[in-house]
Amino acid sequence: MKVIYTDSLVIGGGLAGLRIAIASRQRGYDTIVLSLMPAKRSHSAAAQGGMQASLGASIKGEGDNEEVHFEDTVKGSDWGCDQDVARMFVNTAPKAIRQLTAWGVPWSRVRKGDRQVVINGKKVTITEKGEAHGLITSRDFGGTKKWRTCFTSDGTGHTMLYAMDNKAIELGIPVHERKEAIALIHEDGVCHGAVVRDLVTGELIAYVAKATTIATGGYGRLYAVSTNAVISEGIGTAIALETGVATLGNMEAVQFHPTAIVPVGILTTEGCRGDGGLLLDKEGYRFMPDYEPDKKELASRDVVSRRMTEHMRKGKGVSSRYGDHLWLDITLLGKEHINKNLREVKEICEYFLGIDPVKEYIPVRPTQHYSMGGVRTKPTGESPNLKGLFSAGEAACWDMHGFNRLGGNSVAETVVAGMIVGEYVADHCAATTLNINTVLIEKFLRREENKIFKLLNREAGENPFELRKEMQDIMMDKVGIFRNGDDLAKAVEELKVLNQRAKNIALRNRIATSNPELVEAIRVPKMIKLAQCVAYGAMLRTESRGAHAREDFPERNDRDWLKRTLTTWNSEDADLPEVSYEELNIMKMEMPPGSRGYGVDNTVHHPDTEKRVAGIEEIKAANPDADRFEMQELLNPIEIPEKFRGKNERTGRGFK
Amino acid sequence: MSDQERTLRFHILRYNPQVEGDTPTMKSYEIKEAPGMTIFIALNEIREKYDTSIQFDFICRAGICGSCAMIINGQPDLACRTLTSKFPDGEIKLLPLPGFELIGDLSVNTGKFMRQMSERVESWIHDKNAENVDLCKLEERMDPDTADEIYELERCVECGCCVSACATKRMRDGFLGAVGFMRLARYALDPRDKRSDEEFYEIMGDDDGVFGCMTLLGCQDYCPKDLPHQTQIAYLRRKMALVK
Repeated sequence: MKVIYTDSLVIGGGLAGLRIAIASRQRGYDTIVLSLMPAKRSHSAAAQGGMQASLGASIKGEGDNEEVHFEDTVKGSDWGCDQDVARMFVNTAPKAIRQLTAWGVPWSRVRKGDRQVVINGKKVTITEKGEAHGLITSRDFGGTKKWRTCFTSDGTGHTMLYAMDNKAIELGIPVHERKEAIALIHEDGVCHGAVVRDLVTGELIAYVAKATTIATGGYGRLYAVSTNAVISEGIGTAIALETGVATLGNMEAVQFHPTAIVPVGILTTEGCRGDGGLLLDKEGYRFMPDYEPDKKELASRDVVSRRMTEHMRKGKGVSSRYGDHLWLDITLLGKEHINKNLREVKEICEYFLGIDPVKEYIPVRPTQHYSMGGVRTKPTGESPNLKGLFSAGEAACWDMHGFNRLGGNSVAETVVAGMIVGEYVADHCAATTLNINTVLIEKFLRREENKIFKLLNREAGENPFELRKEMQDIMMDKVGIFRNGDDLAKAVEELKVLNQRAKNIALRNRIATSNPELVEAIRVPKMIKLAQCVAYGAMLRTESRGAHAREDFPERNDRDWLKRTLTTWNSEDADLPEVSYEELNIMKMEMPPGSRGYGVDNTVHHPDTEKRVAGIEEIKAANPDADRFEMQELLNPIEIPEKFRGKNERTGRGFK
Repeated sequence: MSDQERTLRFHILRYNPQVEGDTPTMKSYEIKEAPGMTIFIALNEIREKYDTSIQFDFICRAGICGSCAMIINGQPDLACRTLTSKFPDGEIKLLPLPGFELIGDLSVNTGKFMRQMSERVESWIHDKNAENVDLCKLEERMDPDTADEIYELERCVECGCCVSACATKRMRDGFLGAVGFMRLARYALDPRDKRSDEEFYEIMGDDDGVFGCMTLLGCQDYCPKDLPHQTQIAYLRRKMALVK
């Protein structure tokens, strides 16, 4: 029995995981990062467009601050987010970006003087102030009032991940590569680590720790076409689910990005539209202003994706052998801008489509992109049900995104959650002693060994690749951008059958060491369970909120549905998850539910909304002299680790 | 993209060091080409349909993460963004990247190599004050051109193509290689890194460092990100020659 002990075990070597390991190490705790591959290859690297932080240095970001970022984030979430967490996030984001600056990210900077930009299809000259010269600049993104998205050309995630991993290397943090956590070790509501499979030797190893953090990213690969890396399969989320104790939150909240290339689904950044790119139909007509006259191409992602789908359903899509698509036109941005600020996009177009985006339109359509749901956590990042289990980044439902995430808020979340949750993980390590019976470790190791033994010795049965494909097709066809009760009910039934079939997988290549088919056979049953959580949660939620759009229930229904879906998987024999709900308390909201400002507002309001609006007015009237910090304290007092509490400085306005 | 369906013949090096007695052999597989097919798509099809044991690494499948470098018809490149239509005769020979520890078939351990490289060149900002930066205050300013120039050198994805294409590396096992030089050039350019030329000399001022390069420039020819290896190696060499 091989056992490795540490204080802080981090599963996942992307931005969130590395940042938590760094926090653990800086506070003096032993830490190990487990990764399926070298950490620098994590999906964080694929974030092209940028990171939101309200620095407000560029002239088009002037007047930005934590309040504006907060409003955008809450509106973007369709009021589904946890406002305490959104607050912690927006207040800390400027610090996170400044720390990354000190650690080496070469953020694009403000250049004083005139520059030409494209806004609403027209060339406009803007003038950057001299006093902002050399500070971090920002670009426009969907669903934001200000230009808030800080970037490094269109390789933002790459430069952030490299800086973060380099910092981890500087601190001597070990990254155990090609290791996959396949089960959590737990007892009596406490998590003690994970059973881990070495993907090369096949060996099972128990990693035992005071704190275990799941930072394994999203579950985009439940869908047949996704912008996500092929490793974004949600396995970390699934092993939390399989404890039967930890809950998952809002699994049905799945985002579709408007502009992935057809057919392979590789992303072209929102920066294309942020920088002035347009969406055109088969007649070359710019249709978004007809649907969303105010924000046009830069409405929130869920909105743009639905409008594109609507437009294609009207027969306005461009036909191709891979189905209909629309055009993304960035030709108007010019060669120089594309070569400098959108060069990853250019490379992708050249290599995968054989086109030059300087001269030609890019074929795009909405594609699965982001998982708002994940391991449910408290604001500290710890599971409310399983002590010692933490989660951060896309794997978590911390829940700052609610039912729709804003572009630029994902890499921002990874590093901000990494900072904040990292401190709470370290606090946990300080307050806990490692007390575990080796019998328990052995029990979990044997259980996983047995499962693998059965897989390797079954003579005949299901093909894991086939099962995955069937699951992915069900999710694409019946749990996509627009959803309806009939299709969802069918999806739930079909997935139940797959779940049963997945108990009978047999392999063609029956070796226990490095074996891609065995890896698939271990993962697929877990993925099917997650797919069931998504489909079942979507079927039960009879309203439309953010990215969850029900054709049979088009209104947002705060009265009945202002609540978070919680999912557990209570027994190995179950063929459906257990679903319960967690109410969102309007009476504590800093920003009570309102309209997002897209299309017709047909919200069914909650009776508390009016009360809270009136209550806030009273608090404001009673404190006429309160500045924005004091007002936030009155409306939404939050806990942030001591070291991140200070006010953020901005050019031209100091700390105000 | 042609609509004409043709048959592709893949010839792949098969060897699993984990299986006792296994010896390296070339195996061939035939599949039907699909429009827009990449080697990523083709290899997955071969694995799912014909041989589930075949090992290879893909993560982003978009040319961003650097996982999938291999020798494709004699040349190192990223397999995920290599279209099969590039090969007129439909014959595609795949070998694992040389210069790295073999995990199995087309999978090599670039991670171990790159971590050692990063430790050797101390691939991080050296500034005693970096940890004392007041995160509330405005960040240190940087000239916008300098920021852009640093990014140009930071676009490396650690795929390993330069290492596999380097004849010096083949002869000198301890040779740092272009990926390491590019990293050093990136930090030497960065005003936030306070290392002196003398300190950089300690890292690369010998034959395993920048003076060992025979200037054959396979790195320049095969870098999938078109990084300016030639210029940067020349720049570092001159910079180091001036030390002492």
